[in-house]
Formats: sequence, structure tokens, C-alpha cells
Amino acid sequence: MDRSVQPLTTWPQRHQGMRRPHALVIAGTVAAGLPLLLAVFAIAGLLVQAPGGSLTEALGALSSDAYLWRVARFTVLQAGLSAIISVALAVPVALALSGLLADGVTRRWLLVLFAVPLALPQIVTVIGITAVWGEQGAITQTASAIGVDLPSIYGLTGILMAHVFFNMPLAARLILGALDTVPGEYHRLADQLGLSGFSRFRIVTLPVIRRSAGEALALVFMLCVTSFAVVLTLGGGPRATTLEVALYQALAFDFDLARAVLLTFVQLGLTLMVVAAIGLSGGDAAAGDTTGLFRPVRARRSHTSRLSFGSLVLVLATLYVAAPIAAIVLKGIGSVSADLVVRADVRDALATSLAIAFASASLAVVAATVLAMAAAEQAAGRQFRGKPGFAEQMALLVPSLILVVPAMVIAAGWFIGLRAFEMQASAAPFIIVAVNAAMAMPFAARLVAPTLRASAERTDRLVRSLGVSGWDRWRLVTWPALRPSALAAFAFAMALSLGDLGVVALFGSTDLVTLPLLILRSMGSYRSSDAAALSFLLALLTMALSFLAIRLARHDRDGAAS
Amino acid sequence: MTAAPAVVLEAVSFAFGGGAAPFTFDCRFEPGTITAVMGASGSGKSTLAALIAGFEIPDSGRVLIGNTDFTGTAPASRPVSMLFQEHNLFAHLDAFTNVALGVSPTARIDAAQRDAVIGAFDDVGLSGKEHRLPGALSGGERQRVALARALVRDRPVLVLDEAFDGLGPAQRADMLDQVAALQQARNLTVIMATHEPADARRIAARMVFLADRSIAASGTVNSVLASDNPSVRAYLGSA
Repeated sequence: MDRSVQPLTTWPQRHQGMRRPHALVIAGTVAAGLPLLLAVFAIAGLLVQAPGGSLTEALGALSSDAYLWRVARFTVLQAGLSAIISVALAVPVALALSGLLADGVTRRWLLVLFAVPLALPQIVTVIGITAVWGEQGAITQTASAIGVDLPSIYGLTGILMAHVFFNMPLAARLILGALDTVPGEYHRLADQLGLSGFSRFRIVTLPVIRRSAGEALALVFMLCVTSFAVVLTLGGGPRATTLEVALYQALAFDFDLARAVLLTFVQLGLTLMVVAAIGLSGGDAAAGDTTGLFRPVRARRSHTSRLSFGSLVLVLATLYVAAPIAAIVLKGIGSVSADLVVRADVRDALATSLAIAFASASLAVVAATVLAMAAAEQAAGRQFRGKPGFAEQMALLVPSLILVVPAMVIAAGWFIGLRAFEMQASAAPFIIVAVNAAMAMPFAARLVAPTLRASAERTDRLVRSLGVSGWDRWRLVTWPALRPSALAAFAFAMALSLGDLGVVALFGSTDLVTLPLLILRSMGSYRSSDAAALSFLLALLTMALSFLAIRLARHDRDGAAS
Repeated sequence: MTAAPAVVLEAVSFAFGGGAAPFTFDCRFEPGTITAVMGASGSGKSTLAALIAGFEIPDSGRVLIGNTDFTGTAPASRPVSMLFQEHNLFAHLDAFTNVALGVSPTARIDAAQRDAVIGAFDDVGLSGKEHRLPGALSGGERQRVALARALVRDRPVLVLDEAFDGLGPAQRADMLDQVAALQQARNLTVIMATHEPADARRIAARMVFLADRSIAASGTVNSVLASDNPSVRAYLGSA
């Protein structure tokens, strides 16, 4: 047989069949560079612009600076207590949800209710919580009517109450999510082996709770270390001040650069330590007892014996979460007037908020997508096997940068640096957009990266064998798979940016006012009905966006599963 | 050696709810015999197994094991051990503890029970792997650990719900032979859901064939596989 027959078509050269990732690598480097530069320049600005003499003096006085240490201690204390209380309450709530309401309408509605606090801007929540628990609040008034004087919530109490309002539902959802991953066979096995009561809890439930509660503790702690609006408005004075708020006050009111620089580095050091501690303790405990190929076993769970305690837990948790939300809605509807909506400052603030949110959400989603695509390309290069290389790890880590270098630290660095050139006003919109985008990137990446990776894993070989590449690959393969998660990420990022009060508080001016800033100023000048009405409007916006995002993300997940 | 019990489903009817069509089972599994339960996906193999093990309770009809009515009895109180397709072991407990749970629901056991557990590992050919976590065992080894637990539970009825479907041909044949040997040694009544005719031919004496949520044919393995029942022919893909 003659084996030297010429092929009819030109056989692709080896290098054409190989991947050419240059464009993606360059784009990925740029996308990774933006947030990195944002952080690096912020810190450089701090170092350069800090008045040299007083910085060294400040560093010298660091050990004896009682105020600084009190603030640092309080920051850790409130975050630690918030995390412990939130998770301690979330565990029984999650257990009750999974035991009592394994499926059904009640559980679905409770989970929707539990998603609301995360979709509310902090400043809006503060209004809701004071409307229930504050001096003029419903509970306080009722209590004093029957002769009980509730203590003021301003200070640590109020901060904890607000943080629990945000984070108990978050932790409960995380733990419930983990409980739902317990295979149905485990419950059947427990039935067959006659495990009951504590034995069953210890063997089937506890391992899952321990892992997920640990993760929830770390997450809530991180969120509370950098909490700003709640501490600013509910802290009620220098006794209950965190590093973020002290930093804001040093820059916005005292113009004490040396102190601001010092606070920034203490805050940076604190978050670095926390992140390192979480990284060191967090091993992946998931052992492989599943091939993931088989049909799931349905488990019937009927533990009606815990009905009384479990329902009580759920009723109390529901009331705690629902009351401030109801207050926001009721006070808001009562305060909204036609005059308010057409007022020039309100219209301007709304337009500014939407413009900033749109720009920052676009930036966040594009950057997260480029990074995730670069990571997926790297993963495809190693056939999705083995350990990710340095570039891939970087692409996945960079979006989380903001967790290590808090937004207020970046904002403070740029604020101080730009002040030297009298540019803080003209540059303000860009800084706000950039920092808001950086804040949204962890969320955007969490939505976008798994989708892109899964899509690449499914289609990479097929796409390469068909020779579909470049724009065509994006148009035909990548974007259709990515669209729901990209839109979800965009909606989340917009909601986050709309609710942000931190960077804006620092960079805002009479010319640059967003809705949250307008609310803060209304509160400051005791125009509480304005504040309530604006909060209601802002809440409607962020809620609509968040639930749109949840819908899209769920649609995406169901689509991927089928 | 105790006398093996027969397992009887007497006019059993069961539906998952939500308006799903009911399963109806009326059949007898001979004592001391391996019976294969075969049928297409969704025909009711796993539901039949779950009804015998007590994970589901019939809407009507009775489940008899020996001459006793076990229709509403809790799974742990039935003379039945069951192996699932996967997740037979708690992933965070080592193999030894997983087997010890078959002796005591608290996994706290005395010296004699400890010997029994060690002996069971020996019986299934896993000596020396007692302290591995399930994640560090192969799929076949995990099912052996589950089998060892069934041994120490010492129940006369063993139900296998497609328990070996994830294994390669050699491991699968090995496990089947192991089940056959145990059945002989302990005089068990074995009910084995499978979709592989070769499994049935290898170790089963009898077969129950399911189609459309009820029994389509039953008898010896060869008679069912050779019958001209249309469901059987359609399943096997031969005229």
C-alpha cells in the first residue's frame, strides 16, 4: 500500500493547532494591573505625601498612642463579637430550616427574606434599625409605655444589632447551603443504622456545620472589620469608633495627615493578618467519597419532634430580620412626596449614583471576565489537571485584592496623594468609580469565573478541533454560556456601588453627591422624613438589582445542570 | 446458621406524591436465594429496594419478611442491610468507624465487637486499610467497607441497589463473587437491583423484571431472560 499519498487539504501545521494565548495574556495583565496599580499608588501616595517628620514622630509615638490602640482594639472587638453572635444564631436557624422546612413554600419565602439584608445599603439599614430599636423606635416606645426603659442602641449595641441583621441571614444561608449538600444516602444510612438524637447530629450534621460555620465566621469577621456606614451612624462617638471611621474623620474633619497615614497602615496590617490567619487555618476538608456521576437519592425527613423549639427559633429570626425592613417600607411610603422626587438635589444625586454605578459595574465585570478568561485559558493549557501555575493563581487572586486592601485605605491613599496637586475634586468621579469597581470584583469574579471555567472545560477541545477562534469563539461559544452570570455580576456590582457610602463620603463635595451621601446629610441635619423617603427609594433600586442578579445566577446554574 | 427468611411484597402500592403515578408491587423473594431485580431506568428498582429496607412506606399493601409484617417498621429495626450506589460511607469517618457504626450507633464498641469488625475487614479482603478515610480508598474498596458493615450488622436480608454499577468489569465481577460467597456462608436472602444481565447470570438464581412501575415477569434468571415478554425483549434489545 502506498503510504505517501498527499492529503487533499493542507494538514494544519502543528503550531496552528496549538493555543496562542498572547492577546488574552496581555488583556489579563492589564485587567490585573488596574486594581493592583490602584492599590500600589494609594499606598505610594500615603508614603510620599505624609509629612516626613511627623510620620516618624507618629511611628515613634505608635506604641504609646492610646487612642490608636483603643480604636484598633474596638475594631477587632466589634468584628469578633459580630461574627460570633451572627454565626451562633445562624446555626439553630439553619438547622430549623433544614429540619422543619426541608422543602416547601415557607422555606422559599424565608430564604427570600434572608436575601434582603444583603441587598440593602448599610445606611438604609441603619434607618430601619433605628426606626425599630432607636429612641423613637417602635419597640422602645412600646417598652416605655409599659414602664420598661430600654438602653440606647448607640455604641457597641447598635453596631452589633446592625451587623447581626446583615450577617446572621448570610451565615444561615451559607450553613443551610452546606447542610443541603449532605447526600440523601447519609440520612437513609442513619435511619438504617438506627442513629438517633445526638449520635445522628454528631455523625451526619456536625461535620458539615463545623466546616461551614468556620467559613461563615471568617467571612463575617472580614466584612465587619471594614464596616463603615453602620459604625459612623450607630457608633455614636469616639468610644465606639473603628479604624475606617477614624480614618475618615482624620481626613474629612481634622485634616490630620500623619494620623490618617498611621491609621491606614494599622488597618492594612490588621486585614493582612486576618487574611493570613484565615488562609493558614483554611484547609480544604472535602474528602472524595463521591464520583458525582450517580443519581441523587431522595431522603424523606420527618423530624417533627423538634417542631416547637425549631419554630420558635424561626419565628424570632424572621421577626428580627423583617421588622427593620417593614419599618423602611412603612416610613418610606409615609415620607415620599411628589416634591421630594422632583427636587433638583435629589434628581442630581440619583443621576450621579446611577452613572457611577453603571460605570463601576461595567469596569468590574469586564475586568473580572478578562481575568477569568485568562485563568480558564491557563487551565485549559494544563488540560484542567494538576496544579494551577503562577499566572493562573494570580488571575484568580487579583479580584479579591480589595479584601486585603480595604476600599477606605485605597480611597485615603488617593485622597492624600491627589490633595498635593489640588486634584482631589476633579479626580473624584474616577476614583469613586475605580474603587467601587474594585469592591465589586470579588463578587463578579465568583459569578463569572466558574462559568467560564466550566464552559472551557466542556468545549475547549471541540472548539480547537473545529478551529473556531478569536471573535467567533467569543460570539458562538463563550458569550452565550457567560451571559447570565455576566449580567448577574453586573446587577450585583451596580447594587453594591449604589449603596456605597465610604469612598463617596471622603471624595464627595457639594458638586458630587450620591443618594447614600444625601441620606447621610439629611440624617445629619435632622431631616428624618427626607432620609426615610430617600432610603426607601435607594432600597427599591438595590433590591430590584439584587433580585434580578439572583434570578439570573440561578437561571445560569439550572441551565448548566441540565 | 439461622433460617433465611422470604421477603414478600403483598399488593404493595406506593406513590411519591405530587400526583406521580403509583408503583404497584406484588412479588415474593425466595429465602436463601439471590434474586436479581432488573428493568430500565425509572421502572422502580430503587423504589422496590427502598420499600423493603423501610426508607419508603407503602400507601397500601404489606411488606413481609419471614412471616412477620414489617410494613411500617423503622429501617433500623428491620432484618435488612442495604448498600447504595454511592455515599455508603460517612466521608469524614475512617473505614473502621464506618463499620463499627454497624455494631453500635455510637461507634463505641467493646473488645469482642472490635474483633468482629477486624474480622469483617478480613472477610472482604481489606485487612490493613481500616484506618483510611473513604476518600483514600478506591470505589471498589469503599463498597467492600460497606459490605463489611453489612456483615457485622448480621441481618439475614441483604439489598443491593445497583451497588456495583460504578465499578470496572474486574472489580465488579470480584464483588459479585464475594456477595455469592457470603450468601452461601451466611445463608442470606439477597435482593440485587441491577441493569446488567451478566450480573444476574453470574450469581443470581432468580429474577424479577420490572417495567412501568410494576412486575412484568419473574422466575429463574434464564427463564426471564429468555421469555418473550415484550418489556424484557425491548430492554435486552433482541427480538
